[in-house]
Amino acid sequence: MSVVAEPEPEVEPESQAQLEARFQAVIGRKDRIEPRDWMPEAYRRTLVRQVAQHAHSEIIGMQPEGSWVGRAPSLRRKAILLAKVQDEAGHGLYLYSATETLGVSRQELTEMLISGKQKYSSIFNYPTLSYADMGTIGWLVDGAAICNQVPLCRTSFGPYGRAMIRICKEESFHQRQGYELLMTMMRGTDEQRAMVQESVDRFWWPSLMMFGPPDDASPNTAQSMAWGVKTHTNDELRQRFVDMTVPQAKALGVTLPDPELVWNEQRGAHDFGQPDWDEFWDVVKGNGPCNAQRVAHRKRAWDDGAWVREAALAFANSENGETSATSATSKSNESNQSNETGTA
Amino acid sequence: MTGQVSGEWPLYEVFVRGKRGLNHVHVGSLHAPDDELAVRHARDVYTRRNEGVSIWVVRSSAITASSPDEKDPLFAPSGDKVYRHPTFYDIPADVPHM
Repeated sequence: MSVVAEPEPEVEPESQAQLEARFQAVIGRKDRIEPRDWMPEAYRRTLVRQVAQHAHSEIIGMQPEGSWVGRAPSLRRKAILLAKVQDEAGHGLYLYSATETLGVSRQELTEMLISGKQKYSSIFNYPTLSYADMGTIGWLVDGAAICNQVPLCRTSFGPYGRAMIRICKEESFHQRQGYELLMTMMRGTDEQRAMVQESVDRFWWPSLMMFGPPDDASPNTAQSMAWGVKTHTNDELRQRFVDMTVPQAKALGVTLPDPELVWNEQRGAHDFGQPDWDEFWDVVKGNGPCNAQRVAHRKRAWDDGAWVREAALAFANSENGETSATSATSKSNESNQSNETGTA
Repeated sequence: MTGQVSGEWPLYEVFVRGKRGLNHVHVGSLHAPDDELAVRHARDVYTRRNEGVSIWVVRSSAITASSPDEKDPLFAPSGDKVYRHPTFYDIPADVPHM
């Protein structure tokens, strides 16, 4: 505690311009903004929108795969799929926590998902029609997600970047199990090979759409890049994904359903066709094959779980009320023990 | 939690963020009469050589920890789930970017 002998000089509260300048300096150094830092309201809103959408995608993303856990053909495959769906739940929770550091509550986020005020990745509005889709989602959808997420580990908002680091570490298993599943099917019967090809045909274009609209139709990209929220444009990441995926498709023995896909020697990259952007916007607006079903399922889980949330809270409150006097002493005993680890 | 303190100052656990972008990491503990002084003491004890850009302190009594005795029931279930690791899956070495 400081002993103040004379009245403290009047300190002018920092002007808006000074706050802005300090924020920009942190961004300019490619340093990270942390939750207690001042940040422009538009930066905060952009992050809430992006991180929440990302969190919702993980949570909704459990549905297309979860529906196949019971139908996976062996205990091994069921266990793998279950582990993957568990990871998606975990990823959703990491990202919701990161969003909450921006001053939004978990309940608000869930309500915005259910009411359609916030979006999730359009890819999950496509149905999973065959078991081969479990492999294709791991290979292409998680592959695209990895392409998108690896650069986000260096995003300018600290909690988002840290969540992405955890997620990327776990995502590698997702992609590899998918590719291995498809390799196994490709070593099987003609019918199984046809299932893989059919699945890839359905998921190729929606996977390309995961990177978002083309740069000239992506109004938020420039500002997001200036803020260091995004580090690459949608088209750059889409290109990277195509270039990574083509040799993988070749090794697998499937064709990618794009007649324009060809290696461009001059660019040192593949040329490829554009997804159907009208379809993309239509799905974003809610008219995809599964939009209504996905949100209805989430709403049902939320509503059906209400009594559990309330009961757990009521139990915790009654426990606290009854034993507050005794628990205070037992806790202070424990704190003496933790001193050993603390000062070791 | 911040009730009347008598006798020894309460124990605080200290967490330091080494630089922007990193998690706060537990660095140790100290005694202090209140939260504000715990931050000041933590500054003096744990960041004399520029070790951090941010400090968290929390009363040790506010921390709930798993018990070492329960280590097995808590963590053993993840031990036999080798399929959660990417190395469980055999992908030929010539498949790139995987």
